[in-house]
Amino acid sequence: MEEEEEQQQQQKKGKKKYYSIIVPTYNERLNIALLVYLIFKHLRDVDFEIIVVDDGSPDGTQEVVKQLQEVYGEDRILLRARPRKMGLGTAYSHGLKHASGDFIIIMDADLSHHPKYLPSFIRKQQETGASIVTGTRYVRGGGVHGWNLMRKLTSRGANVLAQTLLWPGVSDLTGSFRLYQRSVLEDVINSCVSKGYVFQMEMIVRASRKGYHIEEVPVTFVDRVFGSSKLGGSEIVEYLKGLVYLLLTT
Amino acid sequence: MKHILKIMALVVAISAFWIGLLRTSIVSDSYAWLLPVYLVLSLGCYGLLMVGVGLMLFPTCPQEAVLLQQDIAEGKEFLKSKGIDVASD
Ligand SMILES: Nc1nc2c(ncn2[C@@H]2O[C@H](COP(=O)(O)OP(=O)(O)O)[C@@H](O)[C@H]2O)c(=O)[nH]1
Ligand SMILES: [Mg+2]
Repeated sequence: MEEEEEQQQQQKKGKKKYYSIIVPTYNERLNIALLVYLIFKHLRDVDFEIIVVDDGSPDGTQEVVKQLQEVYGEDRILLRARPRKMGLGTAYSHGLKHASGDFIIIMDADLSHHPKYLPSFIRKQQETGASIVTGTRYVRGGGVHGWNLMRKLTSRGANVLAQTLLWPGVSDLTGSFRLYQRSVLEDVINSCVSKGYVFQMEMIVRASRKGYHIEEVPVTFVDRVFGSSKLGGSEIVEYLKGLVYLLLTT
Repeated sequence: MKHILKIMALVVAISAFWIGLLRTSIVSDSYAWLLPVYLVLSLGCYGLLMVGVGLMLFPTCPQEAVLLQQDIAEGKEFLKSKGIDVASD
């Protein structure tokens, strides 16, 4: 009975929305398996596909993904690999090319972005009709675990600097746990050229300048348990360069 | 409009106001000359304060780490039952 009612309601509202979750991976064999399990656990009555963009990880990430395809089906988990490590920004556009959803969700594979928040992204979008829903760590209900004082300090400094200079209208610029309307992501991603953290910042700042409706939901961020971070190096210098670049071009 | 232009416009507006103050001597000259210094200082203080306050109120979530460990254990169990190799190295 209940199911029938639900279906009728859905027919009234039109076609059920389809979501494509793009997950870039590089050496995440354990994390991707756990992530896929958790996504299926938390998105029970949502139509979605997972698109894994793996950059030729030497640790056997792709073998694990193929095993997962056998469990969950090749139509639910798509492996769209690239031959070698080519960076995050292009990984998203590569995944986007193969996505068939009305909405695109972008998240990291390392479990710092927990799938239990996916329903709140989807709900927020449905309630507000937003073009972008972005996860923020810096509001009530959000938070970070596993950062030392230095990491917190740079994060705060970077955030205050960007807020004062760019007036972006969102509280968490470098978080990359986001839901996009498909057309919006296609529009924004093509005008972005930065790499690393700056790429996430550029995406949201450009979207905000273009006047897209952006909403935020609180998320928590637990530093990765398995594997190692691929960003790093001269992060601060890159960040400052990115800030200047955005000041001049947006 | 490029964002840098907005900021420059703001700077120009403030400078114009300042030069106006210098010329009309509504406030004493020596005081007016110091105003830009005060402005820069207060901007710096604002930045430091924001970073400091942000650091003190930095939202943390230790309980989330515990929950994640439970999810990981649960996930490993399931994956193992499906014959997926999840031994961590
Ligand atoms: N396909 C692809 N994925 C990447 C690349 N670099 C990082 N990733 C993935 O992007 C996500 C975030 O990277 P991570 O190293 O955790 O960055 P951090 O969280 O900022 O330290 C993870 O899922 C990585 O596996 C890359 O060059 N290619
Ligand atoms: Mg990470």
